[in-house]
Amino acid sequence: MSPLALILLCLASWLAIGLIGAFFSRQFVLVARILFPLGALVGISVALAALSAIFTGNETAMLPLGLPGLPFHLRLDALSAFFLFLLGAVAAGISIYAAGYFRRGQGSTPGLQCLLYHLFLASMGGVLLADDAYFFMVAWESMALSSYFLVTSDHRIAEIRRAGFLYLIVAHVGAIGILLSFGAMTGGTGDYTFDGIRTNAPEGWLASAALLLALGGFGAKAGLLPLHVWLPEAHPAAPSPVSAMMSGVMLKTAIYGLLRVTFDLLPEQQWWWGALLLGLGLATALFGVVFSTVQSDMKRLLAYSSIENIGLIFAGIGLSLVFAANSMPLLAALALTAALYHCLNHAFFKSLLFLATGSVLHATGQRNLGRLGGLIHRMPWVAWLALLGVVASAGLPPLNGFVSEWLLLQSFLFTPQLPHGYLNMLLPVAAGAIALIAALAGFAMVKFFGVVFLGQPREEHLAKAHDAGRMERLGLIWLATGCVLLGVLPNFVIAALDPVTQLLVGAGFAQVSASGNWLLLAPISEERASYSGAIFLGGLLAFTLALFLVVRTVFHGRLRRADAWDCGFPLLSGRTQDTAEGFGQPIRQVFAPFFRITREHPSPFDKEPHYRIVVEDPLWHWLYLPLAWLVDLGTRVVGKLQQGRIAIYLLYSFVTLLALLVFTTR
Amino acid sequence: MTIYAFATQLLTQLLELVIALALAPLLSGWVAVCRARLQKRCPPPPLLPYHTLLKLFRKDVLLAHNASSLFRVAPYIIFSCMALASAIVPTLSTELLFAPAADAIALVGLFALARVFIALAGMDVGTAFGSLGARREMLIGFLAEPALLMVFFTASIISGSTSLATIVGTLAHHEFVIYPSLAFAGVAFTMVSLAENGRVPVDNPSTHLELTMIHEAMILEYSGRHLALIEWAASLKLFAYSCLGIALFFPFGVAESTGPGALAVAGVFLVGKLAFGGFVLALIETLNAKMRVFRTPEFLGTAFLLAVLAILVHLLLEGGR
Repeated sequence: MSPLALILLCLASWLAIGLIGAFFSRQFVLVARILFPLGALVGISVALAALSAIFTGNETAMLPLGLPGLPFHLRLDALSAFFLFLLGAVAAGISIYAAGYFRRGQGSTPGLQCLLYHLFLASMGGVLLADDAYFFMVAWESMALSSYFLVTSDHRIAEIRRAGFLYLIVAHVGAIGILLSFGAMTGGTGDYTFDGIRTNAPEGWLASAALLLALGGFGAKAGLLPLHVWLPEAHPAAPSPVSAMMSGVMLKTAIYGLLRVTFDLLPEQQWWWGALLLGLGLATALFGVVFSTVQSDMKRLLAYSSIENIGLIFAGIGLSLVFAANSMPLLAALALTAALYHCLNHAFFKSLLFLATGSVLHATGQRNLGRLGGLIHRMPWVAWLALLGVVASAGLPPLNGFVSEWLLLQSFLFTPQLPHGYLNMLLPVAAGAIALIAALAGFAMVKFFGVVFLGQPREEHLAKAHDAGRMERLGLIWLATGCVLLGVLPNFVIAALDPVTQLLVGAGFAQVSASGNWLLLAPISEERASYSGAIFLGGLLAFTLALFLVVRTVFHGRLRRADAWDCGFPLLSGRTQDTAEGFGQPIRQVFAPFFRITREHPSPFDKEPHYRIVVEDPLWHWLYLPLAWLVDLGTRVVGKLQQGRIAIYLLYSFVTLLALLVFTTR
Repeated sequence: MTIYAFATQLLTQLLELVIALALAPLLSGWVAVCRARLQKRCPPPPLLPYHTLLKLFRKDVLLAHNASSLFRVAPYIIFSCMALASAIVPTLSTELLFAPAADAIALVGLFALARVFIALAGMDVGTAFGSLGARREMLIGFLAEPALLMVFFTASIISGSTSLATIVGTLAHHEFVIYPSLAFAGVAFTMVSLAENGRVPVDNPSTHLELTMIHEAMILEYSGRHLALIEWAASLKLFAYSCLGIALFFPFGVAESTGPGALAVAGVFLVGKLAFGGFVLALIETLNAKMRVFRTPEFLGTAFLLAVLAILVHLLLEGGR
């Protein structure tokens, strides 16, 4: 069976699983304990089939579905295969986790969740396989709608309904952009297959218009500045496996779409596209990470951190475009590899962290960092696995986040003589910005882990928190293993990315880096730069172990428990330690212009002193609220047309008819 | 690589590690002596850090009731990070076995990993001081890390490589032209190392109870062998930074072979340069007063801008060679 057929079969089985779940909607055990694990198995098969398809090359098919004369065209090439691998591998972990996560009597019935969840998975697969604009949009919209219903599964809470509505609006504004972009690319030929677009793709300003529309459309889905506002609202609203799926995989379908349009469908790349993407990406990343450090809701913190990572990926793609437009294929391949690698890494560590917050949420019922703390004692599994995610997400060696950031920095550093003087100057400074972003991510992650899992419990009932169940643990372990393996075996990943970069920019550096040994990652040459995650991890572990043994054998292992010292302060309690807001205070001070802060200070005479601080996104006030006001105004003007009397509507028809007669008979 | 080359590289690597572990407390002691002399105080014996370490190793560990397993693992991880870092820096020779496994960026990552663990350990017991120290440490971290990386980027754009061995090799060998960019980078590096090692304008290493402390605030709950490991790791960090500064800005005398004669010469050079570097550090600490915590963003921002300037100067004046 060919990989494409196998993947189609898998997508069909996801749909079937969803339908069975919807049919036996009340059978909780069947849905949770059998259907979700089955979905995970399907995910693993998708990943395996896609992995083999990366190396086997193109395969096309046509499904006799859709409208008459407009069948669904499918195509599996290295780019789709890579993203399908990501989808399958991450979905496997999340599905296993979800098997233990969904409970009776929370939100929608489990059967409905099961249907929507698997529809969501299958439609993401459809987006990645589509080979014509029509099927692409159908799959894209089913992805948006199924995820909307998943986000609003707790629809009894008004806040969640609002978040879902915002998500729906942004998703559809984005979809219009994508639709118009496809329209611009077909250039009026009416041939909506991607092959047709490739052969008579537009040039000049029409190509740029198509790119900008696509950037707006896919940027809205990915959370690019200033279209990011739905992300920190929708992610906390959704159930945790859904947040993990959206953040880990759905955002990547937007990256896929943008790569497909810029590198594959449009034949000629302009260097300024790359510069635009690079600038937008860096701004998004900096904005996201700064905001993630001041959040006090753990899922919002992670959502902003997703915005940061998407920004880094866009920066990588932008750099790759700059190189590709200046015909430097090897460097374009390096930057693109960094971006794609980061997609994979982010999918693993961010889903891991979102699932960990799900376990915390189940154990404590709290999302607010100010009411958590000290959970490492009660939830050691979740805490230690989340620590792996935290280290990966902070971009620290030897885990996976570091590898992609390292590759990205390398591609920024070795900009040879680009024909643009300013760019040559600015790119190393951009590398500095990336270093700042990575360091700030470390701050955000220390805050996340430290406040949730360390310290003293801030509420009494936290002492009764329970660790994650067996299924949940399995899902977390799957994703954490991915983080470690992607970190220590980068050469295998790069070998798998080689066909993708060959397809998109016509170069890859698997051969270059494979010349050394498999342990050493040396993208250009060993003299230039090399890194080995495996040796790093091995060295660190071996040294730590040896150190422990030496200290224990040479000296004693005596240990006594006592009260904490704290410079002699005796009244230690959960409320004397730092709050989440306190931890973010340096950032609020250093990056003050980023925020819109409202503070209420208590006066010394207050009976019950109150301190309140609200940190908001200024873009709401600068952009979205005026926009909403304008739309409101416009609709009110248009609304004047609606009188509710049939005579007036008939008059409208009559006037229109007259006008048409005048125009056409002239 | 032949067996012989492998064996010599391994030996050099081990030698460098042992020298770092053995000399690091001495360097801290030497700085303390210089500082006392400059301030007209009676100096402590230079071998005092060894006594302190031994004393701490022999003592019992007093652990807070709600200290978690992370709190107990962290000192070992931090120590390993610092030891590996000082093993990666080409101080004696550029022919090191582990050199290809980690470049300048990975070195910064290693320091960051240690920082994250020490900050987490500081938050673990849940004292007010601990989390206060952790947040300040992370503040300094995110300000200092980009500046440090920019310094490395300047050096690596000059030498066309981020591998520390290649950077040091290139800088040691270039015909004696003065790079203005390296002067800027050197000032930036000095500022960053002061902040990273908790030295005077930013933090005070000799404090134990002050509202402005950073490093000490995080490790307040540690005792016994855990504290010994952390103190030793701190002196290793100072050692590694000093060696880095030497390797980047005064690299002459580094052995590029693994012969015993070359290594001995390099060792003598190293000790001399470290002694001088320690004196300069003590001088800086004596001449400056500690600044408010919220002045550090300005201080480190200046360092970052100087490092950016270094890159721009290199690209503009030195033709991007």
